[in-house]
Amino acid sequence: MTPSVRLQEMIRVIRSARTQGEERGIIQRECADIRAQFRQGDNGERSHSLAKLLYVHMLGYPAHFGQMECVRLIASPRYSEKRIGYLGAMMLLDEKQDASLLITNSIKNDLSHSSQYVQSLALCTLACMGSAEMCRDLAPEIERLLRASNSYIKKKATLCAVHIIKKVPELAELFTPSARTLLSEKNHGVLHGAVVLITELCKRNPDTLDQFRKAVPELVQIMKGLVTSSYSPEHNVAGISDPFLQVRILRLLRILGHNNDTASDAMNDLLAQVATNTDSSKTAGSAVLYETVLTIMDINSESGLRVLAVNILGRFLLNNDRNIRYISMTSLQKIVQTDHNAVQRHRGTIVDCLKDQDTSVKRRALELSLALVSAVNIRSMMKELLIFLSFCPPELRSQTASGIFNAAERYSPSKRWHIDTILHVLTTAGGDVRDETVPNLIQLITTASELHCYTVHKLYRALVKDIAQSLVQVACWCIGEYGDLLLKGECEEIEPMQVTEDDVLDALETVLQSHMSSPATRGFALTATMKLSTRITDNVDRIRSIVSIYGSCIDLELQQRAVEYNALFKKYDHMRAAVLERMPVMDKNLPGHTNGDTPGEIKEPDTSKPKPVEAGLLSEPASQVCDLLDLLGGTDTPLQPSPAPTSTPTTTSSADLLDLLGGLEPTPVPTVSVYEKNGLSLKIQCDKQTETEVTVSLIASNSTQNDITNFTLQAAVPKSVQLQMKAPSGNVIPAHGLGQVTQTVLLNNPNKASLKMRIRVSYSNQGAMHQDTVLIDSFPSTACQPSISPL
Amino acid sequence: MMHFLLLFSRQGKLRLQKWFLPLPERDRKKIVKDMTTMMLARKPRTCNFLHWKDLKIVYKRYASLYFCCALENQDNELLALEILHRYVELLDKYFGNVCELDIIFNFEKAYFILDEFLMGGEIQETSKLSIAKSIEASDMLQETE
Repeated sequence: MTPSVRLQEMIRVIRSARTQGEERGIIQRECADIRAQFRQGDNGERSHSLAKLLYVHMLGYPAHFGQMECVRLIASPRYSEKRIGYLGAMMLLDEKQDASLLITNSIKNDLSHSSQYVQSLALCTLACMGSAEMCRDLAPEIERLLRASNSYIKKKATLCAVHIIKKVPELAELFTPSARTLLSEKNHGVLHGAVVLITELCKRNPDTLDQFRKAVPELVQIMKGLVTSSYSPEHNVAGISDPFLQVRILRLLRILGHNNDTASDAMNDLLAQVATNTDSSKTAGSAVLYETVLTIMDINSESGLRVLAVNILGRFLLNNDRNIRYISMTSLQKIVQTDHNAVQRHRGTIVDCLKDQDTSVKRRALELSLALVSAVNIRSMMKELLIFLSFCPPELRSQTASGIFNAAERYSPSKRWHIDTILHVLTTAGGDVRDETVPNLIQLITTASELHCYTVHKLYRALVKDIAQSLVQVACWCIGEYGDLLLKGECEEIEPMQVTEDDVLDALETVLQSHMSSPATRGFALTATMKLSTRITDNVDRIRSIVSIYGSCIDLELQQRAVEYNALFKKYDHMRAAVLERMPVMDKNLPGHTNGDTPGEIKEPDTSKPKPVEAGLLSEPASQVCDLLDLLGGTDTPLQPSPAPTSTPTTTSSADLLDLLGGLEPTPVPTVSVYEKNGLSLKIQCDKQTETEVTVSLIASNSTQNDITNFTLQAAVPKSVQLQMKAPSGNVIPAHGLGQVTQTVLLNNPNKASLKMRIRVSYSNQGAMHQDTVLIDSFPSTACQPSISPL
Repeated sequence: MMHFLLLFSRQGKLRLQKWFLPLPERDRKKIVKDMTTMMLARKPRTCNFLHWKDLKIVYKRYASLYFCCALENQDNELLALEILHRYVELLDKYFGNVCELDIIFNFEKAYFILDEFLMGGEIQETSKLSIAKSIEASDMLQETE
């Protein structure tokens, strides 16, 4: 008798409850009933009661009193009871409950049961909630089933083995031999399980991975069979033969082919075949194509194949199905750094996706668009991005604004365009920009001296119309600085507008009095008003009155400013013009300059910094050079002193040291190669040179096939020289000379001693650590600087 | 590997939950609540994929039921849609034009079918015919014992 009838009756009753309270009452009665049933012992009703309990559990009510009943039912000889018992175990027990250990014995017995359906129940439960101990106990049983049973059980045993390996990684070796033989099975279920098992084994252990690389031809064969096979109704999904198995095999091939040329070569043909022959009109085909593209991108495939993959992604972008567009953009994001040009071809489609309805798609399109901005397409891309900013959902605004700023900073074709763009963003989304935008913009404006007139006119107009805080702040600052240009009235690049002094002061006063101005903005406006007192002629009194009003303002900052400005008017009027002069051009702090200290990165330069200057060190005895060796040595191998002339420093050689390399050539700053070995080359370039200070850049590049990682430089200099190493631009040098790592070094040489530097290079290449040292005894100098006079 | 598979109605009532990772009861309840809120807030013609914590969530609505599963980073989302669809087909074959009520009143059968299709978060059998045969045989065995 099936448990369903009684169960269905109870479900009906529960569903008919009209309120939560009524339902609780019914549930309580039923639970009491169930508990009584459990106490009565075996009478054929137990499975019904447990089924009812499981339903109650799904509704969210506590059901822990059923745990022991599950254990009892599992031990029962009847299949119906076992079935419900095991289901209960999977739902109510997990590895953290003590009762779960009690079923280990039952599972063990059931694994050798005569009926395969009982065996399957046991396997399923073990794979679902088996704890580490249970797995250890039962692993040999599972291994036996893997080898010698019918395919129904084999496929389940394989997935059970995967679970065991996840729980107890040491047991992986137990399953490795059988996994290989499973690949020759014909049954798709077993084959699928085998591929999953091999994937898991390879993930855990790189040696196993090497071992299974030999299976690549076999896997390629199986895939070919699937792709070219005729219609098989059993496995067919929308024209694709067993897409589940195909995707799994492709994933395994990806792992096996990663970073391995032989394996990648073996699968090139297959991947090309799958990529061209798979029909992607339905999701199943697209899933296979997607996995193929991921595999092509991750192995060492030939460039033609990569282009094919990017084209497939481009095709996906045009698909009507939103899911497929989302998928393709996620994949393109992953490869936009490495295959930039290929992705650029699809820029138009990606930009169109910015207009999609779905926010997830919009987000992906935004990220991808920002990654694709380059010097060539900056104008058109910016137009699109600015349009997007006006219509985008609020959660994407600040990301868009910062993205636009970054792009504008890197690629702006002209200063005017840059300023225009920033103004546009401020007017559209002023509320969502970051705080540092204001000082950045101000700094940018000061550097663009020819555009002051234009800028101030534009900002004035914006100020009159708009109230976004960042914009108002910048506008106030500019009006304060360049108010005289504003009042002159004419400006070539913008239509003339007659602005009187009263208009300007009115605008600033509005800002001061507006409820929407933040205290910072008010500060800007007050200072601007004050600055105008030296730039305008007629309304100085009006300015004085404004300023004195704020002398009694509640806001402390404003009050302080007003009082000080008042003092400027009264007591220090003679200084007023000088104090309120035009600001000089601000020097922008380049990003990445952290003035010496980067936490964690290069600590060595600090320890190798020599002691500060001692007086009378002009004549360097040879021992000083040996000190140089000690500074870097200190640990294992004593460094050999460098050959010949520099070991005995004389005044003549010190003059050579800072000499120009190759005379005064009007060529750009020369770089001298100081080290070339094993494909790594290090060049030195002099950035700045004064009588006592030298700033050099060390540029490292890599011409080998593989990336160089963990690249670090350590340097030591003679005792009288002080060394400061700035943070390097990175510690990975891409292969084939595709990129460089630059590090700036400041040398302070107040005694004008002979300048030498010993550099130790350490890096990893293809997993092996390398270390080397080089002595630099002649520093190249900038072509335009006069040479240092000899001592 | 799939971390969990949930079925719930448009009113947020849970109809089936399968967990492939051990999690305490409290965490499970929280996840169910989070999933329900997220899915029910989605507009009709949006993408079927979401990001939640470090998992990819794939969901599909069939009539009045939401099928939702959570995948790891390297799993194929489009294939997950196919997996959900395959499960619905299996239910449909078994119950004959399956509807939500079938799953409510015969939830244990829905679990049995799921256990023949997925195991440990991975697909067990890729042939619909095979699964249907095994379920039939198990039911026969249950009847006779």
